Amino acid sequence: MKPLLEVKIGELTLKNPVLTASGTFGYGLEYSQFFDISKLGGIVVKGLSLKPKEGNPPPRIYETPCGMINSIGLQNIGFDAFVKEKLPFLKKFDTKIIANFFGENLEEYEEIAQKLDATDGIHALEMNVSCPNKTSEWRKMGLQPELLKESVRKVRSKVKKTLIVKLSPQVTDIAYMAKICEEEGADAISLINTIPAMVIDVKTRKSLIGTLTGGLSGPAIRPIALRMVWEVAKAVKIPVIGIGGIVNGRDALEFFIAGAKAVAVGTANFINPLSSIEIIEEIEKFLIEEKIENINDLIGSLIE
Amino acid sequence: MNKIFKAEILKNQALTEDVYCLSINVPFNIEAKPGQFFIIKINERFDPLLGRPFSIFDLEDKTLKFLYRVKGKGTSVLSKLREGQNLQITGPFGKWYPFPKDDYIVIAGGIGIASVFYLMKKFPKRAYLFYGARHRREIFYYKELEEVAKEVFISTECGTLDYKGVITELFRRKGLHLNLPIYSCGPMIMIRELKKLLKNKDVPCYVATEERMACGVGACLGCVIETKEGFKRVCTEGPVFEIGDLIL
Repeated sequence: MKPLLEVKIGELTLKNPVLTASGTFGYGLEYSQFFDISKLGGIVVKGLSLKPKEGNPPPRIYETPCGMINSIGLQNIGFDAFVKEKLPFLKKFDTKIIANFFGENLEEYEEIAQKLDATDGIHALEMNVSCPNKTSEWRKMGLQPELLKESVRKVRSKVKKTLIVKLSPQVTDIAYMAKICEEEGADAISLINTIPAMVIDVKTRKSLIGTLTGGLSGPAIRPIALRMVWEVAKAVKIPVIGIGGIVNGRDALEFFIAGAKAVAVGTANFINPLSSIEIIEEIEKFLIEEKIENINDLIGSLIE
Repeated sequence: MNKIFKAEILKNQALTEDVYCLSINVPFNIEAKPGQFFIIKINERFDPLLGRPFSIFDLEDKTLKFLYRVKGKGTSVLSKLREGQNLQITGPFGKWYPFPKDDYIVIAGGIGIASVFYLMKKFPKRAYLFYGARHRREIFYYKELEEVAKEVFISTECGTLDYKGVITELFRRKGLHLNLPIYSCGPMIMIRELKKLLKNKDVPCYVATEERMACGVGACLGCVIETKEGFKRVCTEGPVFEIGDLIL
């Protein structure tokens, strides 16, 4: 018998617990040439702002051992172009569309959240409070408890759809930040965003990233992400979405056992465009082998 | 068309101490155009993590060839792979060179020859090829180039073969007056010089560019370069650009 893979994140029902992480899957179109993206639990689209953003000067990426540093700078086509040019295509697929968003200040956060909330075809919102790249204070609200509290409260009051807050790993106590989001009405927490990192060319003595530092992702950060997901899942009652270097089914399963209700696949999409659907198949296979009928029975089952 | 496939290495031949020609067997008939590229996942492990992009050097029947220089970890690991091993390949990706309608000029600097040989093979006996390298050892596939080009002009920086100097200078003397469309690939210093030479010329000049890349399909926005119209992705809006559009 096929195991049940359906999970609920707030009001959102995912047919399986595998999403693609924001910024790693474009607007969906880019990967539909490889597989039927309807097979995904959901797609978290590239972070959106009210106006288009140019992003950071190149070089923007550099590979490091089992990971990569990126400094894209939240380049995106803006809300209007997304709704006009990308969303109609995404609507054709039987999967959940989660819009990641950010602003330059709190008013912008509220405004874009409201617009996304009112847009047909967007099923949930993911609030980016944690971009590690050259950025305004507000885009780093995830690092300061007071700012985070105020922002989540205000955005929450403006939106009805499922609101996910994506946390930064760059804090002393991530569970504390997660609890703030829960108290202020967030429906779910996703973590982790990338970890600020650096790489230097010793001959030129320059950073190999245009903005000097960037965010580290990939398998290199996975054990850190897993530990943080475990800490957060213990601290809050709302669902947790695990992100960080997941490249195969086994990695994803670790996150479920640690308490994640869903996972998002990021850098792995770059390594193998089929990663996300292979991960779904591997999870299913494991559940069958282990005679687990429902993925929800595995979630948070860590034996301490 | 299947854009992800496994391909067996037929040969991974060292041409010099750091330049190799990799031949792989594609399991089906593939359609790819000059200027496009493939991404090769070097191994099944996660270090090197990402696949590496290589432009098509040659494609005949099911044999696909890449010419590459060992520059970092990825190419170093790749250079040690042997016949019979399998590689995960994705592609072809990217914008190709607009097809030449008549005679044309090709300017290649160093390993840049990797991107233009297939163009000349597809549109044979019409290219005035200007090919420059540091040393005659670094002039690859001379015989084959003579077969596909209309005329070949070679420069080496040490002067051991034909003209002594840089290729843009030889082009200025022997090719600029032809007023033909130009196809080029080479180091940034060459492209900059070329742009200067063409300042008052009204001929199209297409340049194949290079940048560190992750996804190859336009999703990660990692491989952008600066153009007149802002940042453009080398993987999808390039790698071939009009020289006038590039901010060099």
